[in-house]
Amino acid sequence: MYQYDEYDQRIIEERVAQYRDQTERFLAGEIPEDEFKDLRLRNGLYIQRLAPMLRIAIPYGLISSTQLRKLAHITRHYDRGYGHFTTRQNLQLNWPELEEVPDILEELASVQMHAVQTSGNCIRNVTTDQYAGVARDERADPRPWAELIRQWSTFHPEFNWLPRKFKIAVSASEQDRVAVQVHDIGVLLSENHGQPGFRILAGGGLGRTPVVGSVICDFLPQEHLLTYLEAALRVYNRYGRRDNKYKARIKILVRAMTPEVFAEKVDQEWQTLRDGPQTLTQSEIDRVQGFFTTPAYESSNDDPDVLTHALESDFAFKAWHTRNVKAHKQPGYAIANIALKTTGVAPGDVTDEQLEAIADIADEYSFGEVRITHEQNVTLADVRQADLYALWHRLVDHELAAANLGLLTDMICCPGGDFCSLANAKSIPVAEAIQREFDDIDYLYDLGDLHINISGCMNACGHHHVGNIGILGVDKKGEEWYQISVGGAANENAAIASILGPSFAREEVPAVIRNILTEYLDKRDGDEAFIDTFNRIGVQPFKDKVYRQ
Amino acid sequence: MNQIIRDQSIVETDYQIVTEVSDPGIKGQILPMNALLEHIASLSGRRDLGVWLDADEDVEELEVHLDQIDVIALNFPMYNDGRALSSANILRRRYGFEGEIRAIGDVRRDQLEQMQRCGFNAYSMAEGQDVAASLNGLKGFSHSYQAAIDRTEPLFRSR
Repeated sequence: MYQYDEYDQRIIEERVAQYRDQTERFLAGEIPEDEFKDLRLRNGLYIQRLAPMLRIAIPYGLISSTQLRKLAHITRHYDRGYGHFTTRQNLQLNWPELEEVPDILEELASVQMHAVQTSGNCIRNVTTDQYAGVARDERADPRPWAELIRQWSTFHPEFNWLPRKFKIAVSASEQDRVAVQVHDIGVLLSENHGQPGFRILAGGGLGRTPVVGSVICDFLPQEHLLTYLEAALRVYNRYGRRDNKYKARIKILVRAMTPEVFAEKVDQEWQTLRDGPQTLTQSEIDRVQGFFTTPAYESSNDDPDVLTHALESDFAFKAWHTRNVKAHKQPGYAIANIALKTTGVAPGDVTDEQLEAIADIADEYSFGEVRITHEQNVTLADVRQADLYALWHRLVDHELAAANLGLLTDMICCPGGDFCSLANAKSIPVAEAIQREFDDIDYLYDLGDLHINISGCMNACGHHHVGNIGILGVDKKGEEWYQISVGGAANENAAIASILGPSFAREEVPAVIRNILTEYLDKRDGDEAFIDTFNRIGVQPFKDKVYRQ
Repeated sequence: MNQIIRDQSIVETDYQIVTEVSDPGIKGQILPMNALLEHIASLSGRRDLGVWLDADEDVEELEVHLDQIDVIALNFPMYNDGRALSSANILRRRYGFEGEIRAIGDVRRDQLEQMQRCGFNAYSMAEGQDVAASLNGLKGFSHSYQAAIDRTEPLFRSR
């Protein structure tokens, strides 16, 4: 993974000092509350319902065991011994003290971490595929490009006060695991007659107005990535709406201008930057790519005896292996996923001890690195197949062996009304009620891949629009209700879900989900996935089923 | 008394912002862009003009007149409105404007460093800002990842 040099380290330490000074001036009454809010947000610090919330950046979800141990220490020393992984592959602390945040940032800087631009109307943490570098369907490793974008966007002086937040994702695979089409800008690795480059999407997004992004550049040679992004951001910074925060995302601008005109404007601006100093040099591309090398794999074969025997003899291990282990490009290796979706624990939550356990397990079995996924899970990307059974035992010891990756109970869920001051309704108890309702593992396996996404408000942090089943908390005269939608997808066939109809009380939600699933099971053709059945029969049968009951 | 920060020090400015224009020919005025463009024919011999733009006005409209302009002031309606940062970038980088670019409006200490990177060299601080203390706001980072106006090469070119 990327390692800081003296420049990176100095920049991040200077940022800590700058923020410490800002905090001290705020506490001394020299910076007004509203202004300090904007300043602290650029370091990921919110003031929430019950306490401040600090969002720590995990650039494109990649983190080392040393960094995990530091996070464990921080949650223990400065918080309440747990953290929450988010859909931007970050970690949130729920109970830090505002006065101590500079100290937390200093601790983070000591392991090459930070909370830079994890909030505020600026370019946020760039995300990419949790299987980067090991996926079989990958064109090239997307992480060097994510790192190059990270550096370029860090403290970009011109784009620190955009109309609204700005999210960039990079994808390199046929199968889209990063929801690239619902990002403000999506960067897809591509090639043209053997020349490496990108296809660029713009104007996707969730929130109040969910939109799938449009292609604004069919092919961009790789050295032009940063100048092109600069051009796109400049057009957005100048012309994005600022009069209404709900119409301020780039998707509204792209739609108002039309994607064609927006693309034209970007291209005009880009012509003034093209081949300028920000054009990537081959030596810089080589330098950054040099950090994402293939680990020292041992030569071994697929399906070693020790694995085959374990799969035959241990049903629980087999269940976990079936759901949580994915194919690796290297023979004899596998991708092992830790689903942080144990019933009774808020989705994405980890304790300090679990963070340390994951660090130890990563050191022992996966070259000391893990990835955080936008589905709020953890990936061990480089595990010898012969070690999977031993690794699974270790996970069981730490209650990290939930065998439900990609199943209905592996929900994306925002912190909701339990923590977030923006939320209209709670989301964690809804997730738990669904997990309790659907506790029959055979039934879940029969349902197969099925994504339920839950957001506590229109801001859509839980990506409800792109869940196969989406649940949105709404406020009706001070009461919490839930609007259910069906048919969303966040993969390469991205789609925005259709709302079924009037919303439901919280206690009704599990039964509504049950009805939707019953309709699916009645109508599915062979082993057709939920989303395929939906695409074949449409929303009406689900409406009829749910509202007829 | 009209103190601004210019080129890292506190100075008295000869150029004043004008909102209601009576005689556009008076020296030392920073005219609204509309007024300047309206009267530009009568100001044809001048090389010392001042003009200010609001955040939603396009600097492109000034392009052909830039050789007559000494001072361009760009308004920040709110400290958290970043449009003028792009305007400054375009003036310096695309048009090579070498005169004064002054930040006006809600200009606060913690924004100065970014303004400086984008091409501003003068700052008329918002009411209530401690002008002397604000000089500290110009102290930036030792290195910058990206190319901007103050550092025209990105960090990677010197790595």
